[in-house]
Amino acid sequence: MFFLRRHTLPGFPLTFGITLLWVGLLVILPLLALLLRPWQDGTAAILQTLHDPRVFAAFRVSFGCALFAALLDLPLGILLAWTLVRLRPPGYKIINACIDLPFAIPTAVTGITLATLYGPNGWMGKLLAHAGLQVAFTPTGIVIALMFVGLPFLVRTIEPVLQNFPSEVEEAAFLLGATPFQKFYRVILPAILPATLSGFGLAFARCIGEYGSVIFIAGNQPFRSEIAPLLIVMRLQEFDYSGATTIAVMLLLTALLCLGGVSFLRLRASRGLIMEETK
Amino acid sequence: MSVNLHSFTQYAPGSSRKILDNINLTVEDGAFIALVGPSGAGKTSLLRAIGGLSPVYAGQLLIDDLPIGHSDLPKRKTGFVFQNYALFRHMSVARNISFGLDVLPRKQRPDRAAITARVQDLLELIQLPHLADARPDQLSGGQRQRVALARALATEPKLLLLDEPFGALDPIVRRTIRRWLRELHDKLGLTTILVTHDHEEALDIADRLVVMQDGRIVQDADATTLNTSPQTPFVMQFLGETLEFAGKIQDGQFIPEDTDALPFPVSEKNGKTIVFIRPCDVQFISGKGMAHILSRSRNPNGLYHYAVQTTQRALDITTPMPTEISEGEQFGLDISHGKIFSNLP
Repeated sequence: MFFLRRHTLPGFPLTFGITLLWVGLLVILPLLALLLRPWQDGTAAILQTLHDPRVFAAFRVSFGCALFAALLDLPLGILLAWTLVRLRPPGYKIINACIDLPFAIPTAVTGITLATLYGPNGWMGKLLAHAGLQVAFTPTGIVIALMFVGLPFLVRTIEPVLQNFPSEVEEAAFLLGATPFQKFYRVILPAILPATLSGFGLAFARCIGEYGSVIFIAGNQPFRSEIAPLLIVMRLQEFDYSGATTIAVMLLLTALLCLGGVSFLRLRASRGLIMEETK
Repeated sequence: MSVNLHSFTQYAPGSSRKILDNINLTVEDGAFIALVGPSGAGKTSLLRAIGGLSPVYAGQLLIDDLPIGHSDLPKRKTGFVFQNYALFRHMSVARNISFGLDVLPRKQRPDRAAITARVQDLLELIQLPHLADARPDQLSGGQRQRVALARALATEPKLLLLDEPFGALDPIVRRTIRRWLRELHDKLGLTTILVTHDHEEALDIADRLVVMQDGRIVQDADATTLNTSPQTPFVMQFLGETLEFAGKIQDGQFIPEDTDALPFPVSEKNGKTIVFIRPCDVQFISGKGMAHILSRSRNPNGLYHYAVQTTQRALDITTPMPTEISEGEQFGLDISHGKIFSNLP
C-alpha cells in the first residue's frame, strides 16, 4: 500500500529507487558475494581455515588490540570533548582541526609515520627503549596505531551531545553540593553515555578492520602481532580465495556481533533519556 | 539569610562591557524580593552572582556577612531554581529531589529511610505524591517547575533563588503556584529572590521590587512607592500602561503640544518636557477641547475602555470609572495628575 499511495512530497519514486539501488548494488550485493564465495571450493578449504591456530591468533590480536585501544580512547575522548565544548581553550580551532586529522590522513601515511616515530631509531622509540619498553613490532604498537585512528570517532560523537547538554544542569548539581567527581559520574556521564557507547562502537569497528596504519608498526609476527586483515591479504597473495573469504566472513560476523552488543548497551543506557509513554 | 551587595560590578566575558554595573542591594533575612526589568537588564546575571555561579566580579557580595565562596559558608544553604528547571533527565522525580542529600559525604548523609521520608514529604508539599517514579520528560511544565522547587528545598536552604520560575506556565497554574510559593516562603522562613519580567506577578508576590535596566538598579522599593513615585519614566512605563504628552513649560504652566490636552500649573523650570500619566488618571472635561470618543467598551475585568480621538492623535484610555461624556460630545483632557521627570535622558 505504501508504494501505491500518492505522496504529498514529489519525487518519491526517484528517491526511493536511488535508495534501493544504492543499498542493493553497493551494500547487499558485495556482502552476498562474500558470504557465498567460501563454499565454492568445497567445505575442505573452510574447515582448514577454521582449524588454523594462526587464524585464531590473528583474531585474538585484532579484536584484543581493537578492544584495548577503544577502551583507552574512551576516557580520552570524553575528556577531549568536554575540554573542547566547555573550556574552549586558547587555540581551540587548531585543536579541533587536529582531532579530525586521523580521518583525513591516508592510513598508510599514518602507519609509516608511527613506525618511524616508534621504531628503534625513532624519537619516541629511542626514549622508550631507554625505559626498557619496546613499542614498535609488538601488540603495544598496534594499540597505539589503533588509538590514533579511533579517537576522533569518540570525540565527534560525544561533542554534539555535550554541546546540547544545558550547562544549567551542571550548575544545578554544583549548587546542590555535588563534588566535581559526583557531578561527572552522576549527571554528565549518564547523559553522554549513549553517545559515548555509539562512539566506542564506531571506534571499535574501525579498529577491527584497520589495516594500513597497523601493518608497518605491528611487525606482523605470526601468533604475536599479526592482524586478521593482514592474513586475508596473505591468503589472497597465495591465491587461496576460499581461505581469504572465510576469514573475511568470520571477521564480518564477529564485528557485527560486537556492534550488536554495543547497540544493546546503548539502548539500555538511553532509557529515560528518550521520551517514554506517560504511565 | 541576608544578602548584601556593595558596588558589585561584573563584566561580560572577554570584554569591557558591564553586565552588572555598580549594584548596591540589601536583602534582609526573611524578605521576599523580586528583580524585575526587561530582557537583558541583568536580572539573571545578578541572581546567578548571588547564587555563586559567577566567580569573577568586582565589588563586594556578602551572604550572612561572609563573602560568597567563603569556606565557612556552606553552599548548600542556597536553593536555585533555573528558568529551564535543569532537572536531571535520567533520574526519576524522587532521585532528582533527593540528589542534594545523596551527594552528601557519608558522615552527614541521612540514612536511606530518612531520605525516602524526606522525599515523600516534599512530594506531598508539591502535591505530586503519585509521581515519585516518573521521569522529568513525562511531566507537564507546571509539574517540572514544582519538582525543581522541591529539589532545591530538599537540602533545607535558607536562601531561595528563582529565575523566571513561572515563565512556561499557563495563567491559571501561574496564579496557583504563585500563591503557594508565597505561603511556602512564609511557612519555612526563607529569604527569597525572584527574577521575573512580569511586573504584575512581582507586585502580587513580593514585598519589594528591584527594577533593573541596562545592568543597573533603577529603583528599589515596595509596590506602593513604585506606583506613587517612580524614579524614572522607565520605571513608570514598566509598571503599567503610560500615556505621554510632550509640551513645554512656560511661566509656571505646562502647555501640551496636543491642543486638546489642557494646560495646568507646574513648579518646574521653563523648557521642553514630557508629562507621563496613567490612562486612568486622565479626566475628560466637557466643553473645553475638541476631543471625542470614537468607541467605548467594557473589558472582562470590569474596566471601561475608550478610544479617544484628539485633533492630533488617537489614544486608548482604560479606566475603572465610567465617563459621563455622551456620544459626539466634545471635551478636553485633564492631565494634571501626570508626572514630570526632571531627569529625562
